[in-house]
Amino acid sequence: MELAPKLLDMVWAILIFGAVIAVILGLASFYENRGGRRVGWWFIGPALALLAVGLVYPALKTVWNSFRDAGGGKFVGIDNYTQIFTNSDELVVLRNTVLWTLVTPFVATAIGMIYAILVDRAKGEAVAKALIFLPMAISLVGASIIWKFMYDYKDPAGGTAKHPTQQIGFLNQVLVWLHLDPVNFLLNSPQNTFWLIVVMIWIQAGFAMTILSASIKAIPADIVEAARLDGVGAFQMFRFVTFPSIRPAVVVVLTTIAIACLKVFDIVRTMTGGNFDTNVIANEFYSQTFSAANQGLGAALAVVLFVLVVPIIIYNVRQLRASEAR
Amino acid sequence: MAELTAPDVDIAGATAGSPPPRRTRGEIAKRGLSSPWASLVAVILAVVWTIPTAGLLITSFRPAVDINKTGWWTVFTNPDFTLDNYKQVLDTSQTTSLTPYLINSIVITIPAVLLPILLACLAAYAFAWTSFKGRNVLFVAVFALQVVPIQVTLLPLLTLYVKLNLNGTFWAIWLSHTMFGLPLAIFLLHNFMREIPNELIEAARVDGAGHVTIFFRMMLPMLKPALAAFGIYQFLWVWNDLLVALTFAGPGTATAPMTKFLFDLTGSRGTAWYLLSAGAFISMVIPVVVFLCLQRYFVRGLLAGSVKG
Repeated sequence: MELAPKLLDMVWAILIFGAVIAVILGLASFYENRGGRRVGWWFIGPALALLAVGLVYPALKTVWNSFRDAGGGKFVGIDNYTQIFTNSDELVVLRNTVLWTLVTPFVATAIGMIYAILVDRAKGEAVAKALIFLPMAISLVGASIIWKFMYDYKDPAGGTAKHPTQQIGFLNQVLVWLHLDPVNFLLNSPQNTFWLIVVMIWIQAGFAMTILSASIKAIPADIVEAARLDGVGAFQMFRFVTFPSIRPAVVVVLTTIAIACLKVFDIVRTMTGGNFDTNVIANEFYSQTFSAANQGLGAALAVVLFVLVVPIIIYNVRQLRASEAR
Repeated sequence: MAELTAPDVDIAGATAGSPPPRRTRGEIAKRGLSSPWASLVAVILAVVWTIPTAGLLITSFRPAVDINKTGWWTVFTNPDFTLDNYKQVLDTSQTTSLTPYLINSIVITIPAVLLPILLACLAAYAFAWTSFKGRNVLFVAVFALQVVPIQVTLLPLLTLYVKLNLNGTFWAIWLSHTMFGLPLAIFLLHNFMREIPNELIEAARVDGAGHVTIFFRMMLPMLKPALAAFGIYQFLWVWNDLLVALTFAGPGTATAPMTKFLFDLTGSRGTAWYLLSAGAFISMVIPVVVFLCLQRYFVRGLLAGSVKG
């Protein structure tokens, strides 16, 4: 059993780390007592050093590499970027990423919002919300396994008249119950990308519901009461009171899910490996960089991902601030 | 810098004493919305959302020979349960054993949560309560680093670890998670620290307390909710991570966490549902328990950390 040495390693790591911090703070304290003014640098130093080595330098290096060939040697100008936007395989990657980013946020947010409104102040609200939210807590790999099993397909031709093939994937069994032919969900393009998107919707609806539910509960009671006295119906209440009140939160939720979708990797990697035309940027980046050993193209894909994410994040942060300034 | 503290929202509405006694808009609106149709839609959604997990959970308790022959829904008419799948997946004498990876997950996660918290606390304190040249510029820079997708950093970091002989060790994974977690942690903790009244700090300064003393005696105790919010967020992020594990974990059982094991298993033995189902649920137990216990803090971190990764 290798348990003991590993745990010991871990304890040592924490102790070493703690000791380093203690020494730094000790020096800071000493320095401050001697009348030193800029004691702040001692506090920030370790974090800044790690950020410089772990984020700033690698990011710059990747931008640099994106203009170089597969081995990272020869300068190739914008060839890698040209390839991303012209090569037919790469265009499928871009198309799928766009699909993920457009479809998932709206569907997940709509479902989350409807659910949040339906269970608001209802009996058993806590349990009802926990059921929808739990997928957020598990890993994307775990979620992918759960759904791969849902999509499992057995070829009906493999059975005999006496022992017909039984589907073990629930969705195909539903099709059988409806007297339809079972479908190989993950194999047929382009629908398979949508079946992968379903997994993300399943996860993100809980996030949307949680944030929107909090936002719904924060609507001032007098506004609603006034509308109620005016005799508005449930739908009008949603359209003229609830939705305008939670609009900023809706925007934040939409953009947040969109960012997660741009970077989606685990689901595609686990469920199809990017095969059968389901590839997305983050997965193609990984394949090019670590499997195909095409550093240049991999770096360019990472940069494209970066460039796509930035405007959404800026928008998201501004909306988040605006919604909190209220 | 505007404050970016999410409201203390409560996912399940489960916090003790949260429903206010007054006539809230919820109660008023309820009459309009809680029609039988609304309830029906809610129940259908809840059922649809639960079926996938329930199906795999039931499967994990079925005998391996049954799993590939009949669907899990047949247990309702023909119940047959066993713990063998869990026994096999935890049996360390088997090559398909999950146990070493479970240990790795724990060994990875604890330092990968503690390190960024400590470093970020120090940095956030300096940004919030000390003055030095270039403070604001640096803070904006750290804040902006949150937008860097980790993909952009992976290959250069890997090359660096190889040069430093750290590749394939736990250090590579710990350091990576620490670096990736820092911008969010600093930002989150900074906002909490700024909310602490100035007078408290000033009074301590006048009494002759140094920054190191103030940090340990005053800040850390007051920061508990913020630490919990970031801690649980980072915990779930590290525990559920696949990308960092695939890139930096060593071969075999050396340092790879459970997510990598499950990922490899789906690739190599994609129809071994008796292993996959039991393994998946073992990997889910800890985050689900942590989440259910600390959900209040979790949402706060979730919202603030929405741009990370």
